[in-house]
Amino acid sequence: MLSRVAERLYWMGRYLERAEDTARLISVNTHLVLDLPKDMALGWEPLVFIMGAEGPFFERYPAAGETEVVRYMLGDRDNSCSILSSLHQARENLRTTRDVVPREAWEKLNDLYQYAAAQAEHGSGRRARFTFLTHVIDGCQLLTGLFAGTMSRGPGYDFARIGRNLERADMTTRIIDVRSASLLAHASGELVPFETIQWVSVLKSLSGHQMYRRHVHVRVNGEDVVWFLLQDRSFPRAVYHCLNEVQVSLGKLPRHEVPRRHVARLKQQIGNAGVEGLSREGLHDLIDALQIALGRLHDRIRATYFLGEAPVPRSDSMAA
Amino acid sequence: MDHSAASQSVPRSMYSPYTLPEILPSAGGDMSIDWKGYDSGDGYDELIDSGGAPREAALPLCRYLASLSSGEIEERKRAADLSILTMGVTFTVYTEEGGSIDRAWPFDIIPRILSAQEWERTEAGLKQRVHALNLFIDDLYHDQRIVKDGVLPAWLLEKSVNFRPECTGVDPPHGVWAHICGSDLVRDRDGTLYVLEDNLRIPSGVSYMLENRLVTKRVFPELFEHVNIRPIDDYPAQLFDMLCSLSPRPGDSPEIVVLTPGIYNSAYFEHAYLAQQMGAELVEGSDLFVGDDECVYMRTIEGPARVDVIYRRIDDLFLDPETFGTESVIGVPGLLRAWKKGKVGLANAPGAGVADDKVVYAFVPQAIKYYLDEEPILPNVATYLCMDPRHREYVLANLDKLVVKPANASGGYGMLVGPHATATQRAQFTRLIEHDPRDYIAQPVISLSTVPTLCEEGLGRRHVDLRPFILSGAASYVTMGGLTRVALRRGSLVVNSSQGGGSKDTWVVDCRAH
Repeated sequence: MLSRVAERLYWMGRYLERAEDTARLISVNTHLVLDLPKDMALGWEPLVFIMGAEGPFFERYPAAGETEVVRYMLGDRDNSCSILSSLHQARENLRTTRDVVPREAWEKLNDLYQYAAAQAEHGSGRRARFTFLTHVIDGCQLLTGLFAGTMSRGPGYDFARIGRNLERADMTTRIIDVRSASLLAHASGELVPFETIQWVSVLKSLSGHQMYRRHVHVRVNGEDVVWFLLQDRSFPRAVYHCLNEVQVSLGKLPRHEVPRRHVARLKQQIGNAGVEGLSREGLHDLIDALQIALGRLHDRIRATYFLGEAPVPRSDSMAA
Repeated sequence: MDHSAASQSVPRSMYSPYTLPEILPSAGGDMSIDWKGYDSGDGYDELIDSGGAPREAALPLCRYLASLSSGEIEERKRAADLSILTMGVTFTVYTEEGGSIDRAWPFDIIPRILSAQEWERTEAGLKQRVHALNLFIDDLYHDQRIVKDGVLPAWLLEKSVNFRPECTGVDPPHGVWAHICGSDLVRDRDGTLYVLEDNLRIPSGVSYMLENRLVTKRVFPELFEHVNIRPIDDYPAQLFDMLCSLSPRPGDSPEIVVLTPGIYNSAYFEHAYLAQQMGAELVEGSDLFVGDDECVYMRTIEGPARVDVIYRRIDDLFLDPETFGTESVIGVPGLLRAWKKGKVGLANAPGAGVADDKVVYAFVPQAIKYYLDEEPILPNVATYLCMDPRHREYVLANLDKLVVKPANASGGYGMLVGPHATATQRAQFTRLIEHDPRDYIAQPVISLSTVPTLCEEGLGRRHVDLRPFILSGAASYVTMGGLTRVALRRGSLVVNSSQGGGSKDTWVVDCRAH
């Protein structure tokens, strides 16, 4: 497979996942803000930090109020992480690889992008927001399902899957990091009002509440949630599980030794991390290390497969 | 299929608006030929002769169409439109906002029909012509005997924009430069097929020819069962074999790629289609690089992979920024170097376009005689060279009767159609011709032949041309028929798809076999 095609499928997977995860994040935050007492200053600022967009955001907006943040994250074309930008990027990457993906996928993604472009403005308001976000999440899920159900298993499928799982792992670590900032700080015994509801919102943003209750506890507490989202072996949005998927996909590709070793080390790092009694700082450092490692893994995959810069073989087999 | 029974059973009132009227010559003389629906005009019609009767090769089709009610025809038309949509046959129009419209390929279900006898002669004529053209190009990049022997004037090369001095002395495999040629044929009032031009650079349209046949097979399966329609679908295999014959590593199974400028090119559909049909990689310039060993490689997830033959769909000047000094981002630096060293095959060879020039065109009949010592089988359209003082005088005196064309433009740009032009336009062309005579030629107006076509007013007469594709490598091959383009607007002679043109399936029918 051509390096270019592999790279575009990888990014298509990443951007599609980014659009979905961003939609989930906004959806849950909207619910949370509605549920919490009006005097609790939780608000929308954490979302800007989750996306690592504080720099460009505060250059353009004076404050991180609901209107500003939602508009920025939904339909702002200048924000490369907005849902609209992510869908646009996913679509451009898919457009140039149409011959290796099922045709319906292109049509569905095109529809989804057109919908987002037409509705993002309207969907930023509270009343239409839920419909908009659900449509985006459904659309992304439908595409993931289409790939799973109709795309032949081969390098193309593997690269899209690697992209999706790396992005998902990345988004999960971001959510843990920022949400725990306001929550774990008080873990030393001081009672945080509405703590439970906030941890539940973390789980919900990853569609993980139900699975958590089945596999961990009925009762939700911070440490267990962090453990679940980082280390659970079977929850599809847990970082460990995502990396496992990446490892499996890499195993099917040629020349996988180096990137695969990277994933194995990263999995070990996560598996060994003690979450119990972890302080806010300790968790933040752990997440920081994970994000750096995820970035390195991306670099490794890129160097191995996308640049095509391996040494040129000499032409000793040339016909005379 | 009992045609006569079928046409007898259809009451006349059902014919309008779309059906052909009864056209069966009948023994009893009780079935009259009724041409209410079709005005055969005063030109040459491909299906119907001047007396209003179907030509022999078109007889089964005409009988069959006459057996269908207008509702049935409408249904077939809808089925065709749907097939085109679901098969994704599109040509692409891009808008500024970054979005794109993939427009369905405009297609008419009534095919254009050629008899096998006529086609065999035409095929021989095309092979002869392309053979001579390849000898001609090879000569121009070597000794230029044709110039030294005084057959081709030297000034012609000096001012040719498609002559590439960089290619002088190169010996491509089999001495062939124009591996894929699309020659446009037009039929005049008297029924003669003329060659109007030879596209030797990157001719397109063959994918539509193939898709048109698939659609027609879905729409008229019964006819394919009973009529001896020659198949066309081995083109991708023939193209693949031809490309393989250019490989610098004979014996191996060569790595063939299709080089496209990218998705924003209007022919991208065809690039992707042909790559897929041949099982070849569709690559962009950035996927390829020339290694230290001067071989061409593509970047793959398994590392660099040697490329043997490139079917390039990029113009000469964008092919290699290193050679042509263009700031091309779609090309491959060093590609020409690799080609000259024989490390990679390029189709068409750079510089092949030198014979794709309307002034050079005028000399093709002489070139055929010069290189092959044969009379041309297919005639050229009479062409006046404004560079020649006697021709120029005639052209300037007869501007109102002639079509004037610039030598190197394509797509019908910068033309003067004398009979339709204003006095101001003619005066402007007089100045243009006098200023740069090398750049202009003139030809008589050819009234393109017509084919019955479904249109808003029912069954109308629409003008067509024909583009067969000729492959030349170790062996040569001509498509069975070609792409028939049709001007869908009444009276229009413009068959270009961006200007209201569409296409038809083209049948070569063997009447001797039934």
